[in-house]
Amino acid sequence: MFKKIILGTLLGLALASPGVSSADVSLLNVSYDVTREFYKDYNAKFAGYWREKTGQTVAVQQSHGGSTKQARSVIDGLEADVVTMNQQTDIDAISAIGKLIPADWRRLLPHQSSPYSSTIVFLVRKGNPKGIKDWNDLARSGVSVIIPNPKTSGNGRYSYLGAYGYALKKQGGDDAQARAFVGKVFKNVPVLDTGGRGATTTFIQRGIGDVLLTFESEVLLIQQESGGAKFDVVVPSLSIEADAPVAVVEKYASKHKTQQVAQAYLEYLYQAEGQELIAKHFFRPRDAAVAARYSGRFPKIPLFTVDELFGGWQKAQQTHFADGGVFDQIYEGKKPGTGV
Amino acid sequence: MGAAIGLLAKTKEVPRTRATTESWLVRLALIALALTFLFFFLLIPLVEVFQKAFEKGLGAYWQAIQDPETRSAIRLTLITAGIAVPLNLFFGLVSAWAIAKFEFRGKNLLITLIDLPFSVSPVISGMIYVLLFGTQGLLGPFLVEHDIKIIFTPVAIVLATIFVTFPFVSRELIPLMQAQGREEEEAAMTMGAGGLRTFFKITLPNIKWGLLYGVILCNARAMGEFGAVSVVSGHIRGLTNTMPLQIEILYNEYQFVPAFAVASLLALLALFTLAAKGIVEWRSNKS
Repeated sequence: MFKKIILGTLLGLALASPGVSSADVSLLNVSYDVTREFYKDYNAKFAGYWREKTGQTVAVQQSHGGSTKQARSVIDGLEADVVTMNQQTDIDAISAIGKLIPADWRRLLPHQSSPYSSTIVFLVRKGNPKGIKDWNDLARSGVSVIIPNPKTSGNGRYSYLGAYGYALKKQGGDDAQARAFVGKVFKNVPVLDTGGRGATTTFIQRGIGDVLLTFESEVLLIQQESGGAKFDVVVPSLSIEADAPVAVVEKYASKHKTQQVAQAYLEYLYQAEGQELIAKHFFRPRDAAVAARYSGRFPKIPLFTVDELFGGWQKAQQTHFADGGVFDQIYEGKKPGTGV
Repeated sequence: MGAAIGLLAKTKEVPRTRATTESWLVRLALIALALTFLFFFLLIPLVEVFQKAFEKGLGAYWQAIQDPETRSAIRLTLITAGIAVPLNLFFGLVSAWAIAKFEFRGKNLLITLIDLPFSVSPVISGMIYVLLFGTQGLLGPFLVEHDIKIIFTPVAIVLATIFVTFPFVSRELIPLMQAQGREEEEAAMTMGAGGLRTFFKITLPNIKWGLLYGVILCNARAMGEFGAVSVVSGHIRGLTNTMPLQIEILYNEYQFVPAFAVASLLALLALFTLAAKGIVEWRSNKS
């Protein structure tokens, strides 16, 4: 009987031995959660481009997960040739802790190594019953605002900094006034979900809140899936730019001898074909011609960056979101909800 | 089972008293309660899995399973179980034999160690390997220097699976072997049989059903393990995702039919395992 088991096992192994990839060169792209559909299309497009250019076939493997967790895995030895994240701090960590990417990575590609961006906009219930038009409406009493926890999610951080920046720029306020304004907005948040998708569920499935703050790409996706029947998009008078930084993981790429194709893979994101796909998947393209073609989808509004107003992510993180930081101070007395 | 029926038959002869019997109403209520509970907490979710999987018809189900990433996840799960189970069969047999049939120093420590994977959370089981084999880990610099990749490869998945399924076979065998004692083996030895011969002629036939039972449980866990595997996988699509990981990914991407299709396959494997377990139990009681 045991002979049978062993034989069966061996047979199984022989049948199951993984198929050898027939590509000349393969890349591993370690990315964040919501880019799967985009990179699926993009990888096919890039493979065609690369074959035409060099005659080589290229297979791109994907790994998706929470941005920060993915960065941690790369540091621990997940040998990515390129990383495509949604937060600079994650690539900074790969550079600083893992020593896998040069410290000046943001200068290696155009637009601070961020081939596309998104921004924070509002999603309100159909017909906008509460008449929400801009950031200052979020601070009104009687308006219930859904924002994920800024301490644990990128959406939350951008939403928080968006409100803060609005107070600084539009209301001509100083830091004290901005704090008071953001404090008022967060007084209107009934539950702090830990992540963006959780907040979306709270707003859409559980029907809590008058307005949801999240990335434009998410909002457009929700609108597309629900057919625009239940919600309206409100674009504020100005907002914050959320960039999506990319980098070649030089140490691993040189080990795999893939620097050239990895570099080309990221550069192609900036070319017209790449930018077109980016816009199709609801991210704001950098290319002016492509942006013009999709102007109906992406209304032109002034966008400020974290660098401009907050002195970069590292500083913003320390001042606002570290334990005991500004967010903790303005949110004290209101315990974060557990979310769903 | 046979013993249980015998016991029942015996109790029938004893006149019932108020202290040992309940009224039929209480009995009925208890049985109904147990069945309702089973129905809502086991049967309905199971049916739901299959219902969701076939929601869009057989074609969509088939297509979901044909997906290259899903097929690679199925393959990896089978390979992992195919390596982990025979190894743990061997380790389990050897350790159970040593513990049940011999006296030695540190025996209790060994028993405790074997139980360790049961008592720690699977996440920790995975973290152990990251801390050991990760580039920032204990053996990291050595591995990098010699270009050996373990973490975030199928190798790490197999290692983590071996770790979490380690106790199943020996846990099953130790009490069985201890209960059987070593008289038969001693008799064989005094008649001049060697160690190996004693093992194959005496020990193995005595424990074969227990052993098979342990193997079945070990296999079920090896295929279904999520936590430890998730930590060491790196989630490279088509390469280091097992079936449980693939289910989670598909579900998170709102691909419900494929997610539940893979889940139904895993559930089927579990049902087969249960059936096999039932047969083994039945056979072992008969023998």
